[in-house]
Amino acid sequence: MTTAANLPPVSDEVVVIGAEEAARNADKQNMRHGRPKLSAPLTGLMWLIVAIYALPLLWFILSSFKPGSELFTYPLSMIPREWTFQGFIDAWERVDFAQYFLNTATVALVTTVLTVFFSACTGYALAKYNNAGTRLFFVCILATTMLPTEVILNPTFTVIRDLGLYNSLSGIIVPSVLTATGVFMFRQFFLTVPDDLLHSARIDGASELTIFFRIMLPLSRPILFTLAIFSFQWRWNDYIWPLIVLNDPKWYTLQVALRSIVGAENIDWPVLLGASVISILPLVLVFFVFQKYVLNADVSAGLKD
Amino acid sequence: MATPTTGSTVTSETLRTPAVRSKSQQKRHNRYVIAPLILIGVNVVLFLVFFVWPGALGLIYSFTDYRGIGRLNFIGLRNFETLFADSTFYAALSRTFLYTVLSVPLVYVSSLGVAALLVSRAVRGRTAAKIIIFLPWLISPIVVGVIWKWMFGQDFGFVNFVISTLGGNPLPWSSNGNLALTVVIFAAAWGGTAFNMLLFIAALKNIPEALLEAAELDGANAWQRFRHVTLPGIAPTSFMVILLSTIHAMKEFAMIQALTNGGPGTENVLIVQYIYKTGFEQSKVGYASAASMVLMVVLLAIALIQLRFNRKKG
Repeated sequence: MTTAANLPPVSDEVVVIGAEEAARNADKQNMRHGRPKLSAPLTGLMWLIVAIYALPLLWFILSSFKPGSELFTYPLSMIPREWTFQGFIDAWERVDFAQYFLNTATVALVTTVLTVFFSACTGYALAKYNNAGTRLFFVCILATTMLPTEVILNPTFTVIRDLGLYNSLSGIIVPSVLTATGVFMFRQFFLTVPDDLLHSARIDGASELTIFFRIMLPLSRPILFTLAIFSFQWRWNDYIWPLIVLNDPKWYTLQVALRSIVGAENIDWPVLLGASVISILPLVLVFFVFQKYVLNADVSAGLKD
Repeated sequence: MATPTTGSTVTSETLRTPAVRSKSQQKRHNRYVIAPLILIGVNVVLFLVFFVWPGALGLIYSFTDYRGIGRLNFIGLRNFETLFADSTFYAALSRTFLYTVLSVPLVYVSSLGVAALLVSRAVRGRTAAKIIIFLPWLISPIVVGVIWKWMFGQDFGFVNFVISTLGGNPLPWSSNGNLALTVVIFAAAWGGTAFNMLLFIAALKNIPEALLEAAELDGANAWQRFRHVTLPGIAPTSFMVILLSTIHAMKEFAMIQALTNGGPGTENVLIVQYIYKTGFEQSKVGYASAASMVLMVVLLAIALIQLRFNRKKG
């Protein structure tokens, strides 16, 4: 099986990778001559910025291990004087946190699988079949980036209600499947796959859909993973769809539940901190496993959602 | 090496046009039309149902006094007339502009600065630094709001504690409107840096080393090299980051819901929150849709202006 890595360079993107390679080699050569003399101040500056970025997160995570009484006692201390998991336990047992967790996981996983699959199909069709229909649909997809959900809140609610999707998880899943970013990422990738591959498969008598499923889809693995992580993050952290679609607390997702804790008259900080920390754990886990698909991805093809 | 991707277009185009089609050509023609239709089918349906339908409904609603139930009564432009006379609408809109104008440059500078440091060979520990700065991307807008609310709590927050420890007076982070907006802007920059940083890193790595070296040989200092070689080189990425951040800022909602809920009072209610409040909490659907149309026009205008600007520069 051919993989993306050993295909001949066909586009700018692969050339980019080549350029990075060259930069890396240049790196090594420079190392031999010793580091540039600015090294220390620049490194210091970088790590100062890192510290500034890390501080809010660190303060937030360490606070979640403090008992309720310590949260508000002056002088505050960075490291908890007394470590406790009570906040997490309370958050988990409070109302239906386990249920919210399950709801969110269901939505994120199902939507991600559907998004990746249908984005691959659409992206491939837009990249490899050039006819009036696909060209028109490309413009349509482009238009969706100009019409975010936030602009059509009420009518979207009407549509969801009329389709009978109101107050159900499918009401969040189905409308989120189509994303412009996902389609563009796949389109961009399939544009780089040489048409010769397609032609020779056709000559061998493979049907169009067979070519897609047996040759093209496996080729797009790197993009597939990148989009999967993006989509999982979007859906896990999504707030506005669950907010307008869900009414019954038993279907709440984590973000809606968290918002109801933080929006309360008297905020229960120990529970809120515990719940918030728990809510980000799955994403952190996914990120550390699939890190390279995010950090090394050429995301310039995609847009933010 | 490069195979022109238009290759298949040319062949399929020529296959489709012969005057008399043989049976096999007809079959091939069908393949090229039906296969992509199957592939895009689901997304076409989703597009029609979740974009075209609500988009059209929204436009219709904006000319009615619809309240979520009952009949639609067309009232012409009255919603827009009321809207343009509504001071709370102007307050929300101008607050949104202010927020955008302040937060987009901050996001731009911080993500470009971080990216420049992260591609600089002089910096040690770049991989670890990149991961740490990227972490906020994982955190939802709601939790970003929670984190910054916790940092800037007026009576118990870390920042006020540090200020009072250093001998200063604690600042009213949540009861002063401008300070509250400042916190929102910081939080947005903190959360927005990560993704834009990735875009900039990719762009910066694309700038040919030789160009920078040539500039250096010609006696350009670091700032001149950045200003005249790097910045023009990353112009397309800059354009994209600014456009995306602007649109993102214009529709900021979740993070503010958690951080200030538009407070103090309604001083920092931004436009999407205004639409949500009127459309859902007061169920003035027609009126909220009119406000949505204004927001859409603003978003379109921003995109067009920036596109124009970008073309002119290019």
